[in-house]
Amino acid sequence: MNELLMIIIGSALVNNVVLSQFLGLCPFLGVSKKTNTAAGMGAAVIFVITVSSALCSIIYDQILVPLDMQYLNTIVFILVIACLVQFVELVLKKYSRALYNALGVYLPLITTNCAVLGVAIINVNKEYSLLPSVINGFGTAAGFAIAIVIMAGIREKIEHNDVPNAFKGSPIVLVTASLMAIAFFGFAGLKL
Amino acid sequence: MKKYLERVYNGVFKENPTLVLMLGMCPTLAVTTSGNNGLYMGLTTTVVLAASNFIISALRKSIPDKVRIPAYIVVVASLVTVVQLLLEAYLPVVNELLGIYIPLIVVNCIILGRAEAYAAKNSIGLSFFDGVGMGLGFTLALTILGSFRELLGAGTIFGLGLLESVKKLTGFFDTVEPITIFILAPGALLTMAILTAIQNKLKLPSATNGSVKNNIGCGGDCLQCHGSVCTSNREQLAQKSETSANAGKTVGNKADAGKVD
Repeated sequence: MNELLMIIIGSALVNNVVLSQFLGLCPFLGVSKKTNTAAGMGAAVIFVITVSSALCSIIYDQILVPLDMQYLNTIVFILVIACLVQFVELVLKKYSRALYNALGVYLPLITTNCAVLGVAIINVNKEYSLLPSVINGFGTAAGFAIAIVIMAGIREKIEHNDVPNAFKGSPIVLVTASLMAIAFFGFAGLKL
Repeated sequence: MKKYLERVYNGVFKENPTLVLMLGMCPTLAVTTSGNNGLYMGLTTTVVLAASNFIISALRKSIPDKVRIPAYIVVVASLVTVVQLLLEAYLPVVNELLGIYIPLIVVNCIILGRAEAYAAKNSIGLSFFDGVGMGLGFTLALTILGSFRELLGAGTIFGLGLLESVKKLTGFFDTVEPITIFILAPGALLTMAILTAIQNKLKLPSATNGSVKNNIGCGGDCLQCHGSVCTSNREQLAQKSETSANAGKTVGNKADAGKVD
């Protein structure tokens, strides 16, 4: 139990997926203009990464390892993730209209989110079994959601600030992200 | 021959994927902690990019249009696996340095972007040289960014202790310490911020200030879009269908009202 808690804090805060590993940087910078869209994106990422890390872990342990084909993991994972995202979209559309309306727009964007593939590969590299994989996936995605929501909150404030001309647009967003990354360094001091 | 050289020139200077088109930000920020890392990552990506452009261009007539993206992904993922196994066997040092960012070349948007925008429409030779040019442009940008960060953050350049030798030779600068934050994660974002701010100030061609458009379906401006174009398109479509549904309703209401009358 204690070990699982350490995994979740480690992946969500200490090794934040966006601010220290730069995975999923694209949606982090692009879909963080408004807090509610950022929260929607965060929720969709949590959902997809948790499911995909479970699925990838099962496929790796039950199919690739017995067949001695671990070297195929990159190809298999990317296909599993692409299919999963399509599948989730179809299922939500059919059975849960409310959830589809909330998350649906973000799902196609997630296939190209490198955090999803990144988590699957990290799980394999760290030799996590099913439960730690799911926990690690959830923690990583929660870290992404925290970062993107904070970012959106700050960007909404920046709108009203007097930013120097040269820094308008991308540069000020990158400076903000940089300061957030410094703040997240504080978590490295946690004794786990 | 001139056509081929033009592709290389285009990739390295005119449409440099990192500095001008702003594609593939994740590996750019993550691995440029030193000049060497940037160089290795750039060359690895170049190999994958040239090979994937070559294969996709060769298969362009036999891949059905509807399943082209999954087909491209399989080609790219296979190539990345091959390259990863080769690195593990012959250059284990590079494999260890770049770690997880090697398999993640699969989702680097430069590769799928070039497949979609160039290799799917052009001859094998041109596509190959386009891949080489884009790859070299990526390598050049990563090496420059990596060297910049390494110089400021560690006082070395390609692993050579520049700051140390300057201290020894001149006897000055004894109190000068490298700014360690530049080789850490925040430094990557800060370097990128400085670069894009300079591009804005000097009005240099760059996707971040909207002066460059590329021909990828979505517009390809990753640093500005990251899927938000896709999102807004969908929102517009949803709104359209809603308004048409509402229009249908009001027509229905009018008809009802007519009946009551």
